[in-house]
Amino acid sequence: MITKRIIACLDVHDGRVVKGVQFIDLVDAGDPATQAARHAREGADEIVLLDITATHEGRKTLLETVRRTARELFVPFTVGGGIRSADDAAQVFEAGADKVSVNSAALADPALIGAIGRSFGAQAVVVAIDARRDPTADDPIRDAMVYVQGGRKPAGRRAVEWAREAEDRGAGELLLTSMDSDGMRTGFDCELTALVSEAVNIPVIASGGAGTVTHFVEVFGRGNADAALAASIFHFGVASARSLKQELARAGVPVRIPC
Amino acid sequence: MRVLVIDYKAGNLTSVLKALRHLGAEPEITDSDCAMVEEAERIVLPGVGHFAATERLDSSKLTPAIRATIARGTPFLGICVGMQWLYAGSSEAPGHPGLGFFRNQCERFPQAGAKVPHVGWNSLEVRSGSHLLRGVSAGDFVYFTHSYKAPITADTAASTDYIEPFAAAVERSNVMGVQFHPEKSGETGLKILSNFLSWKGDGAA
Repeated sequence: MITKRIIACLDVHDGRVVKGVQFIDLVDAGDPATQAARHAREGADEIVLLDITATHEGRKTLLETVRRTARELFVPFTVGGGIRSADDAAQVFEAGADKVSVNSAALADPALIGAIGRSFGAQAVVVAIDARRDPTADDPIRDAMVYVQGGRKPAGRRAVEWAREAEDRGAGELLLTSMDSDGMRTGFDCELTALVSEAVNIPVIASGGAGTVTHFVEVFGRGNADAALAASIFHFGVASARSLKQELARAGVPVRIPC
Repeated sequence: MRVLVIDYKAGNLTSVLKALRHLGAEPEITDSDCAMVEEAERIVLPGVGHFAATERLDSSKLTPAIRATIARGTPFLGICVGMQWLYAGSSEAPGHPGLGFFRNQCERFPQAGAKVPHVGWNSLEVRSGSHLLRGVSAGDFVYFTHSYKAPITADTAASTDYIEPFAAAVERSNVMGVQFHPEKSGETGLKILSNFLSWKGDGAA
Protein backbone atom coordinates (compact mmCIF):
# COMPACT_ATOMS: atom_id res chain seq x y z
CA MET A 1 0.00 0.00 0.00
CA ILE A 2 1.26 3.47 -0.84
CA THR A 3 2.14 5.29 2.35
CA LYS A 4 1.65 8.87 3.44
CA ARG A 5 4.99 10.65 3.47
CA ILE A 6 6.42 12.59 6.40
CA ILE A 7 8.84 15.17 5.06
CA ALA A 8 11.31 16.95 7.28
CA CYS A 9 11.92 20.53 6.18
CA LEU A 10 15.08 22.45 6.91
CA ASP A 11 14.85 26.21 6.39
CA VAL A 12 18.44 27.26 5.76
CA HIS A 13 19.95 30.74 6.04
CA ASP A 14 23.68 31.31 5.40
CA GLY A 15 24.37 27.60 5.71
CA ARG A 16 22.52 27.10 9.02
CA VAL A 17 19.09 25.66 9.79
CA VAL A 18 16.77 28.35 11.15
CA LYS A 19 13.18 28.49 12.29
CA GLY A 20 10.87 31.49 12.37
CA VAL A 21 7.22 32.19 13.00
CA GLN A 22 5.35 33.24 9.85
CA PHE A 23 8.74 33.59 8.10
CA ILE A 24 10.20 36.13 10.61
CA ASP A 25 12.03 36.02 13.99
CA LEU A 26 14.64 33.42 12.98
CA VAL A 27 16.41 31.25 15.54
CA ASP A 28 19.33 28.87 14.93
CA ALA A 29 18.43 25.15 14.73
CA GLY A 30 21.70 23.52 13.73
CA ASP A 31 23.80 22.22 10.84
CA PRO A 32 21.83 21.16 7.72
CA ALA A 33 23.85 18.01 6.91
CA THR A 34 23.69 16.80 10.51
CA GLN A 35 19.99 17.58 10.80
CA ALA A 36 19.11 15.93 7.47
CA ALA A 37 21.01 12.76 8.37
CA ARG A 38 19.33 12.63 11.77
CA HIS A 39 15.83 13.06 10.31
CA ALA A 40 16.48 10.34 7.71
CA ARG A 41 17.81 8.01 10.41
CA GLU A 42 14.77 8.74 12.55
CA GLY A 43 12.36 7.82 9.80
CA ALA A 44 11.68 10.93 7.69
CA ASP A 45 10.57 9.75 4.26
CA GLU A 46 12.09 12.71 2.52
CA ILE A 47 14.15 15.81 3.23
CA VAL A 48 13.41 19.31 1.93
CA LEU A 49 15.98 22.06 2.24
CA LEU A 50 14.61 25.56 1.64
CA ASP A 51 17.22 28.28 1.31
CA ILE A 52 15.94 31.61 2.56
CA THR A 53 19.18 33.46 1.78
CA ALA A 54 18.90 35.99 -1.03
CA THR A 55 22.52 37.12 -1.50
CA HIS A 56 24.95 35.99 -4.18
CA GLU A 57 27.47 34.83 -1.56
CA GLY A 58 24.67 32.88 0.08
CA ARG A 59 23.95 31.04 -3.19
CA LYS A 60 27.50 29.69 -3.32
CA THR A 61 27.19 28.64 0.31
CA LEU A 62 23.95 26.89 -0.59
CA LEU A 63 25.52 24.70 -3.29
CA GLU A 64 28.22 23.64 -0.83
CA THR A 65 25.53 22.96 1.80
CA VAL A 66 23.53 20.87 -0.70
CA ARG A 67 26.63 18.90 -1.67
CA ARG A 68 27.51 18.21 1.95
CA THR A 69 23.92 17.33 2.90
CA ALA A 70 23.37 15.03 -0.08
CA ARG A 71 26.60 13.09 0.40
CA GLU A 72 25.27 10.43 2.77
CA LEU A 73 21.53 10.91 2.23
CA PHE A 74 19.72 8.00 0.55
CA VAL A 75 16.13 9.26 0.69
CA PRO A 76 14.64 11.80 -1.74
CA PHE A 77 16.16 15.24 -1.28
CA THR A 78 14.47 18.44 -2.50
CA VAL A 79 16.12 21.85 -2.59
CA GLY A 80 14.29 25.13 -3.01
CA GLY A 81 14.77 28.84 -2.58
CA GLY A 82 16.15 31.28 -5.09
CA ILE A 83 16.04 28.95 -8.10
CA ARG A 84 15.37 31.43 -10.93
CA SER A 85 16.39 29.52 -14.05
CA ALA A 86 16.97 26.06 -15.50
CA ASP A 87 20.70 26.74 -15.03
CA ASP A 88 20.20 27.40 -11.30
CA ALA A 89 18.27 24.13 -11.11
CA ALA A 90 20.99 22.24 -12.98
CA GLN A 91 23.61 23.41 -10.45
CA VAL A 92 21.46 22.24 -7.55
CA PHE A 93 20.87 18.84 -9.20
CA GLU A 94 24.58 18.52 -9.90
CA ALA A 95 25.23 19.18 -6.20
CA GLY A 96 23.02 16.21 -5.31
CA ALA A 97 19.37 17.29 -5.11
CA ASP A 98 16.76 14.89 -6.52
CA LYS A 99 14.09 17.55 -6.91
CA VAL A 100 14.01 21.31 -6.96
CA SER A 101 11.25 23.45 -5.56
CA VAL A 102 10.38 26.60 -7.49
CA ASN A 103 8.07 29.32 -6.26
CA SER A 104 8.22 33.00 -7.28
CA ALA A 105 10.36 32.35 -10.36
CA ALA A 106 7.70 29.95 -11.67
CA LEU A 107 5.01 32.55 -11.07
CA ALA A 108 7.07 35.16 -12.93
CA ASP A 109 7.85 32.75 -15.77
CA PRO A 110 5.63 29.63 -15.71
CA ALA A 111 7.58 28.17 -18.66
CA LEU A 112 10.40 27.52 -16.15
CA ILE A 113 8.43 24.50 -14.85
CA GLY A 114 8.52 22.79 -18.24
CA ALA A 115 12.09 23.88 -18.93
CA ILE A 116 13.41 22.12 -15.80
CA GLY A 117 11.15 19.10 -16.39
CA ARG A 118 12.42 18.59 -19.95
CA SER A 119 15.99 18.13 -18.74
CA PHE A 120 15.44 16.41 -15.42
CA GLY A 121 11.97 14.87 -15.61
CA ALA A 122 8.65 16.13 -14.22
CA GLN A 123 9.22 14.14 -11.01
CA ALA A 124 12.12 16.50 -10.25
CA VAL A 125 10.01 19.67 -10.29
CA VAL A 126 8.10 20.65 -7.17
CA VAL A 127 6.08 23.85 -7.43
CA ALA A 128 5.80 25.55 -4.05
CA ILE A 129 2.68 27.58 -3.48
CA ASP A 130 2.42 29.94 -0.51
CA ALA A 131 -1.27 30.69 -0.06
CA ARG A 132 -3.41 32.66 2.31
CA ARG A 133 -7.19 32.57 2.70
CA ASP A 134 -8.93 35.69 1.49
CA PRO A 135 -11.18 36.69 4.42
CA THR A 136 -12.87 39.38 2.31
CA ALA A 137 -14.02 36.91 -0.38
CA ASP A 138 -17.37 35.15 -0.44
CA ASP A 139 -15.48 31.84 -0.31
CA PRO A 140 -12.21 32.52 1.56
CA ILE A 141 -10.82 29.06 0.75
CA ARG A 142 -11.71 28.77 -2.92
CA ASP A 143 -10.46 32.33 -3.34
CA ALA A 144 -7.25 31.76 -1.33
CA MET A 145 -4.51 33.81 -2.95
CA VAL A 146 -0.87 33.09 -3.75
CA TYR A 147 1.88 35.15 -2.12
CA VAL A 148 5.56 35.55 -2.99
CA GLN A 149 8.68 36.97 -1.33
CA GLY A 150 8.25 34.91 1.80
CA GLY A 151 4.58 35.77 2.04
CA ARG A 152 5.02 39.54 1.82
CA LYS A 153 3.70 40.23 -1.66
CA PRO A 154 0.45 39.07 -3.32
CA ALA A 155 1.03 37.33 -6.64
CA GLY A 156 -2.44 38.10 -7.95
CA ARG A 157 -3.29 34.43 -8.52
CA ARG A 158 -5.82 32.14 -6.89
CA ALA A 159 -4.10 29.13 -5.30
CA VAL A 160 -6.35 26.50 -6.91
CA GLU A 161 -5.98 27.98 -10.39
CA TRP A 162 -2.21 28.29 -10.09
CA ALA A 163 -2.04 24.69 -8.84
CA ARG A 164 -3.89 23.50 -11.95
CA GLU A 165 -1.68 25.55 -14.25
CA ALA A 166 1.48 24.27 -12.56
CA GLU A 167 0.30 20.70 -13.14
CA ASP A 168 -0.51 21.45 -16.80
CA ARG A 169 2.94 22.93 -17.24
CA GLY A 170 4.61 19.78 -15.98
CA ALA A 171 5.03 20.04 -12.21
CA GLY A 172 5.62 16.67 -10.57
CA GLU A 173 4.37 17.66 -7.13
CA LEU A 174 2.94 20.66 -5.32
CA LEU A 175 4.16 21.95 -1.98
CA LEU A 176 1.26 23.92 -0.53
CA THR A 177 2.07 26.16 2.43
CA SER A 178 -0.69 27.86 4.35
CA MET A 179 0.63 31.29 5.30
CA ASP A 180 -2.16 31.56 7.86
CA SER A 181 -0.94 28.45 9.69
CA ASP A 182 2.83 28.54 9.13
CA GLY A 183 4.79 28.29 12.37
CA MET A 184 1.63 28.53 14.49
CA ARG A 185 1.45 24.83 15.46
CA THR A 186 -2.35 25.06 15.37
CA GLY A 187 -2.85 22.54 12.55
CA PHE A 188 -2.67 22.43 8.77
CA ASP A 189 -5.24 24.24 6.64
CA CYS A 190 -7.10 21.01 5.77
CA GLU A 191 -9.86 22.72 3.78
CA LEU A 192 -7.42 24.51 1.49
CA THR A 193 -5.24 21.40 1.15
CA ALA A 194 -8.25 19.24 0.20
CA LEU A 195 -9.43 21.76 -2.35
CA VAL A 196 -6.02 21.89 -4.08
CA SER A 197 -5.42 18.13 -3.81
CA GLU A 198 -8.76 17.35 -5.42
CA ALA A 199 -8.13 19.89 -8.21
CA VAL A 200 -4.97 18.12 -9.45
CA ASN A 201 -3.74 14.61 -10.22
CA ILE A 202 -0.21 15.09 -8.84
CA PRO A 203 0.82 14.67 -5.19
CA VAL A 204 0.18 17.56 -2.82
CA ILE A 205 2.50 18.10 0.12
CA ALA A 206 0.78 19.99 2.91
CA SER A 207 2.85 22.49 4.85
CA GLY A 208 2.36 25.00 7.61
CA GLY A 209 0.89 24.52 11.04
CA ALA A 210 2.06 21.10 12.23
CA GLY A 211 1.98 20.95 16.01
CA THR A 212 0.53 17.64 17.10
CA VAL A 213 0.06 14.11 15.75
CA THR A 214 -3.66 14.82 15.36
CA HIS A 215 -2.84 17.60 12.90
CA PHE A 216 -1.14 15.05 10.64
CA VAL A 217 -4.04 12.58 10.96
CA GLU A 218 -6.41 15.38 9.92
CA VAL A 219 -4.41 16.57 6.91
CA PHE A 220 -3.99 13.00 5.59
CA GLY A 221 -7.69 12.36 6.18
CA ARG A 222 -9.97 15.24 5.39
CA GLY A 223 -7.08 17.29 3.94
CA ASN A 224 -6.45 14.56 1.34
CA ALA A 225 -2.72 15.33 1.44
CA ASP A 226 -0.27 12.82 -0.05
CA ALA A 227 2.56 14.03 2.16
CA ALA A 228 3.01 16.46 4.99
CA LEU A 229 5.92 18.68 5.74
CA ALA A 230 7.06 19.69 9.17
CA ALA A 231 9.98 21.72 10.37
CA SER A 232 9.50 23.00 13.88
CA ILE A 233 7.90 19.82 15.20
CA PHE A 234 11.19 17.98 14.57
CA HIS A 235 13.53 20.65 15.88
CA PHE A 236 14.56 21.00 19.50
CA GLY A 237 13.52 17.39 20.15
CA VAL A 238 9.77 18.02 20.04
CA ALA A 239 9.11 14.76 18.16
CA SER A 240 11.05 12.43 15.92
CA ALA A 241 9.67 11.26 12.60
CA ARG A 242 9.67 7.73 14.00
CA SER A 243 7.53 8.48 17.03
CA LEU A 244 5.22 10.55 14.86
CA LYS A 245 4.83 7.68 12.37
CA GLN A 246 4.25 5.12 15.09
CA GLU A 247 1.40 7.22 16.42
CA LEU A 248 0.05 7.75 12.90
CA ALA A 249 0.07 3.99 12.32
CA ARG A 250 -1.92 3.51 15.52
CA ALA A 251 -4.41 6.06 14.17
CA GLY A 252 -4.77 4.00 10.99
CA VAL A 253 -2.68 6.15 8.64
CA PRO A 254 -0.50 4.05 6.28
CA VAL A 255 3.13 5.03 6.92
CA ARG A 256 6.54 3.50 6.23
CA ILE A 257 7.43 1.48 9.34
CA PRO A 258 9.99 0.21 10.15
CA CYS A 259 12.05 2.96 8.71
CA MET B 1 34.35 -3.02 -8.54
CA ARG B 2 34.01 -1.11 -11.79
CA VAL B 3 30.47 -0.30 -12.91
CA LEU B 4 29.52 1.43 -16.13
CA VAL B 5 26.65 3.87 -15.77
CA ILE B 6 25.01 4.78 -19.05
CA ASP B 7 24.05 8.42 -19.46
CA TYR B 8 21.33 8.97 -22.04
CA LYS B 9 20.42 12.45 -20.76
CA ALA B 10 17.31 11.21 -18.96
CA GLY B 11 17.63 13.00 -15.67
CA ASN B 12 20.31 13.37 -13.11
CA LEU B 13 22.93 10.68 -12.42
CA THR B 14 24.29 12.17 -9.21
CA SER B 15 22.23 10.11 -6.78
CA VAL B 16 22.93 6.80 -8.52
CA LEU B 17 26.67 7.52 -8.68
CA LYS B 18 26.69 8.55 -5.02
CA ALA B 19 24.96 5.35 -3.92
CA LEU B 20 27.32 3.17 -6.00
CA ARG B 21 30.37 4.95 -4.54
CA HIS B 22 28.94 4.60 -1.03
CA LEU B 23 28.89 0.83 -1.62
CA GLY B 24 32.54 0.83 -2.68
CA ALA B 25 32.02 0.66 -6.43
CA GLU B 26 33.93 2.81 -8.92
CA PRO B 27 31.33 4.03 -11.39
CA GLU B 28 32.36 5.17 -14.86
CA ILE B 29 30.04 7.01 -17.21
CA THR B 30 29.49 6.94 -20.94
CA ASP B 31 26.88 8.40 -23.25
CA SER B 32 28.23 6.88 -26.49
CA ASP B 33 31.29 4.68 -26.04
CA CYS B 34 30.40 1.18 -27.30
CA ALA B 35 33.86 -0.15 -26.38
CA MET B 36 33.26 0.77 -22.74
CA VAL B 37 29.95 -1.13 -22.89
CA GLU B 38 31.64 -4.17 -24.43
CA GLU B 39 34.34 -4.19 -21.72
CA ALA B 40 32.12 -3.32 -18.75
CA GLU B 41 32.08 -5.60 -15.71
CA ARG B 42 28.60 -4.43 -14.76
CA ILE B 43 26.19 -1.98 -16.35
CA VAL B 44 23.61 0.28 -14.73
CA LEU B 45 21.03 2.05 -16.88
CA PRO B 46 19.27 4.68 -14.77
CA GLY B 47 16.73 7.12 -16.12
CA VAL B 48 13.72 9.13 -15.19
CA GLY B 49 11.23 11.02 -17.27
CA HIS B 50 9.88 10.13 -20.67
CA PHE B 51 10.40 6.75 -22.36
CA ALA B 52 11.24 8.56 -25.61
CA ALA B 53 14.59 9.58 -24.06
CA THR B 54 15.74 5.98 -24.61
CA GLU B 55 15.83 6.74 -28.35
CA ARG B 56 19.26 8.19 -27.63
CA LEU B 57 20.51 4.66 -26.90
CA ASP B 58 19.67 3.78 -30.50
CA SER B 59 21.07 6.95 -32.08
CA SER B 60 24.32 6.58 -30.13
CA LYS B 61 24.55 2.93 -31.29
CA LEU B 62 24.69 1.74 -27.68
CA THR B 63 21.65 -0.56 -28.04
CA PRO B 64 23.39 -3.31 -30.08
CA ALA B 65 26.46 -3.09 -27.81
CA ILE B 66 24.27 -3.53 -24.73
CA ARG B 67 22.40 -6.40 -26.38
CA ALA B 68 25.66 -8.20 -27.14
CA THR B 69 27.07 -7.56 -23.68
CA ILE B 70 23.93 -8.86 -21.99
CA ALA B 71 24.05 -11.97 -24.17
CA ARG B 72 27.58 -12.67 -22.92
CA GLY B 73 26.31 -12.60 -19.34
CA THR B 74 27.39 -9.16 -18.09
CA PRO B 75 25.19 -8.20 -15.11
CA PHE B 76 22.80 -5.42 -16.10
CA LEU B 77 20.50 -3.31 -13.92
CA GLY B 78 17.87 -0.97 -15.35
CA ILE B 79 16.33 1.58 -12.99
CA CYS B 80 12.88 3.16 -13.54
CA VAL B 81 12.73 4.05 -17.26
CA GLY B 82 15.91 1.97 -17.55
CA MET B 83 13.90 -1.07 -16.42
CA GLN B 84 11.03 -0.25 -18.78
CA TRP B 85 13.50 -0.07 -21.68
CA LEU B 86 14.23 -3.79 -21.16
CA TYR B 87 10.69 -4.49 -22.40
CA ALA B 88 9.36 -4.35 -25.97
CA GLY B 89 8.24 -0.76 -25.49
CA SER B 90 5.91 1.58 -23.68
CA SER B 91 2.62 3.16 -24.59
CA GLU B 92 4.26 6.40 -23.44
CA ALA B 93 6.26 6.44 -26.70
CA PRO B 94 4.72 3.99 -29.18
CA GLY B 95 7.23 4.89 -31.91
CA HIS B 96 10.28 3.98 -29.82
CA PRO B 97 10.91 0.27 -29.27
CA GLY B 98 12.69 -0.88 -26.15
CA LEU B 99 15.36 -3.56 -26.05
CA GLY B 100 12.74 -6.32 -26.12
CA PHE B 101 14.62 -8.58 -23.71
CA PHE B 102 11.28 -9.00 -21.94
CA ARG B 103 8.58 -9.21 -24.57
CA ASN B 104 5.76 -7.36 -22.82
CA GLN B 105 4.73 -3.72 -23.14
CA CYS B 106 4.74 -1.08 -20.41
CA GLU B 107 1.43 0.71 -19.95
CA ARG B 108 0.13 3.73 -18.06
CA PHE B 109 -1.68 3.17 -14.78
CA PRO B 110 -5.44 3.26 -15.37
CA GLN B 111 -7.34 6.29 -14.04
CA ALA B 112 -9.21 4.72 -11.17
CA GLY B 113 -9.62 7.15 -8.35
CA ALA B 114 -5.97 7.34 -7.33
CA LYS B 115 -3.45 9.88 -8.53
CA VAL B 116 -1.15 9.11 -11.43
CA PRO B 117 1.88 9.40 -11.12
CA HIS B 118 2.50 6.88 -8.35
CA VAL B 119 4.84 8.80 -6.05
CA GLY B 120 6.12 7.73 -2.67
CA TRP B 121 7.15 4.76 -0.54
CA ASN B 122 5.30 1.54 -1.29
CA SER B 123 5.87 -2.04 -0.17
CA LEU B 124 7.37 -4.99 -2.06
CA GLU B 125 6.02 -8.51 -2.34
CA VAL B 126 9.21 -10.42 -3.10
CA ARG B 127 9.12 -13.71 -5.01
CA SER B 128 11.35 -16.42 -3.62
CA GLY B 129 14.54 -17.12 -5.50
CA SER B 130 15.34 -13.54 -6.44
CA HIS B 131 19.06 -12.83 -6.12
CA LEU B 132 18.66 -9.10 -6.61
CA LEU B 133 16.24 -8.92 -3.68
CA ARG B 134 18.05 -11.31 -1.37
CA GLY B 135 17.61 -10.17 2.22
CA VAL B 136 14.66 -7.94 1.34
CA SER B 137 11.55 -8.93 3.31
CA ALA B 138 7.94 -8.89 2.21
CA GLY B 139 6.55 -5.50 3.15
CA ASP B 140 9.86 -3.62 2.94
CA PHE B 141 9.37 -0.17 1.47
CA VAL B 142 11.04 1.45 -1.53
CA TYR B 143 10.58 4.83 -3.24
CA PHE B 144 8.66 5.07 -6.53
CA THR B 145 7.92 7.89 -8.93
CA HIS B 146 6.35 6.84 -12.26
CA SER B 147 3.19 6.82 -14.37
CA TYR B 148 3.96 3.78 -16.55
CA LYS B 149 4.61 0.23 -15.33
CA ALA B 150 5.46 -3.26 -16.48
CA PRO B 151 3.04 -6.17 -16.14
CA ILE B 152 3.52 -9.13 -13.82
CA THR B 153 5.02 -12.13 -15.63
CA ALA B 154 7.10 -15.21 -14.84
CA ASP B 155 10.19 -12.94 -14.70
CA THR B 156 8.74 -10.63 -12.06
CA ALA B 157 11.00 -10.64 -8.97
CA ALA B 158 8.79 -8.41 -6.84
CA SER B 159 5.37 -6.88 -7.22
CA THR B 160 3.83 -3.77 -5.74
CA ASP B 161 0.17 -2.78 -5.58
CA TYR B 162 -0.94 0.67 -6.67
CA ILE B 163 -4.34 0.79 -8.37
CA GLU B 164 -3.37 -2.71 -9.53
CA PRO B 165 -0.38 -5.01 -8.99
CA PHE B 166 2.60 -4.31 -11.27
CA ALA B 167 6.22 -5.46 -11.62
CA ALA B 168 8.35 -3.57 -9.11
CA ALA B 169 11.39 -5.68 -10.03
CA VAL B 170 12.21 -8.03 -12.88
CA GLU B 171 15.03 -10.56 -13.09
CA ARG B 172 16.13 -13.21 -15.57
CA SER B 173 19.66 -14.47 -14.93
CA ASN B 174 22.03 -11.51 -15.46
CA VAL B 175 19.35 -9.03 -16.55
CA MET B 176 17.63 -7.14 -13.75
CA GLY B 177 15.40 -4.12 -13.47
CA VAL B 178 13.71 -2.14 -10.73
CA GLN B 179 10.84 0.28 -11.21
CA PHE B 180 11.63 2.02 -7.92
CA HIS B 181 14.72 4.07 -7.08
CA PRO B 182 17.10 1.96 -4.98
CA GLU B 183 19.45 4.94 -4.69
CA LYS B 184 16.66 6.81 -2.86
CA SER B 185 15.18 3.91 -0.89
CA GLY B 186 17.23 4.02 2.29
CA GLU B 187 18.85 0.86 3.65
CA THR B 188 16.56 -1.41 1.62
CA GLY B 189 17.64 0.26 -1.61
CA LEU B 190 21.33 0.09 -0.72
CA LYS B 191 20.95 -3.62 0.04
CA ILE B 192 19.45 -4.19 -3.43
CA LEU B 193 22.25 -2.26 -5.15
CA SER B 194 24.76 -4.18 -3.08
CA ASN B 195 23.17 -7.47 -4.21
CA PHE B 196 23.54 -6.33 -7.81
CA LEU B 197 27.20 -5.41 -7.28
CA SER B 198 27.96 -8.81 -5.77
CA TRP B 199 25.90 -10.87 -8.26
CA LYS B 200 28.15 -13.60 -9.59
CA GLY B 201 25.98 -15.40 -12.09
CA ASP B 202 25.85 -18.74 -10.33
CA GLY B 203 23.17 -17.58 -7.97
CA ALA B 204 25.67 -16.77 -5.24
CA ALA B 205 24.91 -13.14 -4.56
